[in-house]
Amino acid sequence: MSEVKYSKEHEWIKLEGDVATVGITKHATEMLGDIVFAELPEKGSNVEKDGTAGVVESTKAASDVYTPVSGEVVDTNQAIVDDPSKINQDPENSAWFFKLKIKDPSEMDALMNREDYDKFAKETSS
Amino acid sequence: MDIKKTPLYQLHQDCKAKFVEFAGYQMPIQYSEGIVEEHKFTRNHSGIFDVSHMGQLFIYGGEELTQDLEKIFPLNLKNLKLNHSKYSFLMNEDAGIHDDLIITKINEGFLIILNAACKESDFDILKNFLKGKYKMILDDNRSLIAIQGPKSSNILNDVIDGVKDLNFMSGNWFSFENQKIYITRSGYTGEDGFEISILNSFADKLTRELIKKGSKLIGLGARDTLRLEAGLCLYGHDLDKDKTPVEANLKWAISKERISKGDFIGSDIIIKQINNGVSKIRVGIKPEGRIIAREKTKIFNQSDVHIGEITSGTFGPSVNGPVAMGYVENQFSKKNTRVYLEVRGKKHPASICSLPFYKKSYVKGAN
Repeated sequence: MSEVKYSKEHEWIKLEGDVATVGITKHATEMLGDIVFAELPEKGSNVEKDGTAGVVESTKAASDVYTPVSGEVVDTNQAIVDDPSKINQDPENSAWFFKLKIKDPSEMDALMNREDYDKFAKETSS
Repeated sequence: MDIKKTPLYQLHQDCKAKFVEFAGYQMPIQYSEGIVEEHKFTRNHSGIFDVSHMGQLFIYGGEELTQDLEKIFPLNLKNLKLNHSKYSFLMNEDAGIHDDLIITKINEGFLIILNAACKESDFDILKNFLKGKYKMILDDNRSLIAIQGPKSSNILNDVIDGVKDLNFMSGNWFSFENQKIYITRSGYTGEDGFEISILNSFADKLTRELIKKGSKLIGLGARDTLRLEAGLCLYGHDLDKDKTPVEANLKWAISKERISKGDFIGSDIIIKQINNGVSKIRVGIKPEGRIIAREKTKIFNQSDVHIGEITSGTFGPSVNGPVAMGYVENQFSKKNTRVYLEVRGKKHPASICSLPFYKKSYVKGAN
């Protein structure tokens, strides 16, 4: 089974082999409100752990999207650029942001599991 | 200072509002459906806005008051008919804008609706200008409820018979639960609608009745996207003390007769700017693609010279794309001029466009 982990910046990351799929959590979309713009990293570019790897904008404000691990961007989800409202509809599944060929699987270790993330999200939003 | 709540606070909570602090008040930014749905609902049906944080200033007096107010506002107030309203501004000697406002002639004097963040300072400025000659009440016993959108006229008329007959930018006294309420046909969304001044203790009841008839509460988030699509200015962003009404492209709101005669605060600068032109002016800006250029975004011309700044920018749900307003050097203000907006270090193409982004559907009236 593939492993899904979560960052304090409210990204989820699912590792399958050495390719990780990254998106933002449902909790993040609820905080942001209606997402009306998404910008993704360029395919072939390298992103560093905790560095910015995209932007989402709601009607209210712009927020950076960070990558929880380092790697090379091997794919991006054009569908969410064309219709950013998909991110609100299905954030933790079809509205993924980008796929990375990861450099160091051990970077996954420091991330939270679902239970810890839910607790974290609840604490930080109250 | 304690954060203030409006009389509709409990209702906002019941409708699951998310709150923000705005001008010292706890105000709903959105409800559970979100800004885009609230925006569209207002455009297609009817939305209710709690604008009770705004100032309702009653100034009582007769002819002398009218004369004194003409020394302050660039309006022909002598000819303003009973229960008719005008959009105007409170300016300083340099014609910089202290606030933008709506002034309505009422039986005993005038009612002026002021922005929440400015109302106390406006009161002091006006009191000073008027030398304390008149009774002035910044009435915090009254709430202000706006209902906006194409279905609003029928919905409100169901609750308060007769409002349908009001013309745009005019008002009258009506009755609700045997209380006198003042209603004007006006608003700030680009839609037909009304603003209702009502005693605090009856505001909740009236609003709940309007909701029962099919209207919905709309937060400040959608209020902002609606007014920007309608090309309307937000004080503190598109207007401030460093901008004049001529620079703000609001010349239409200055009475022609008053321009020729002058003799109001800031008139020297206004007349000079009307005759000689201005160096910067407010324009509509339409970014290409989907990138949103927000307030303070720098504007460049085709030769990469910095020519201005965005003062309001967001995503317009009815336009289904980004919309913005800003100030540019006058020579670049012509419609369809290509400009570049610097967002996150990159320059994105945009063009100067006419306002509004979204066509108004106000009812015709005697304005």
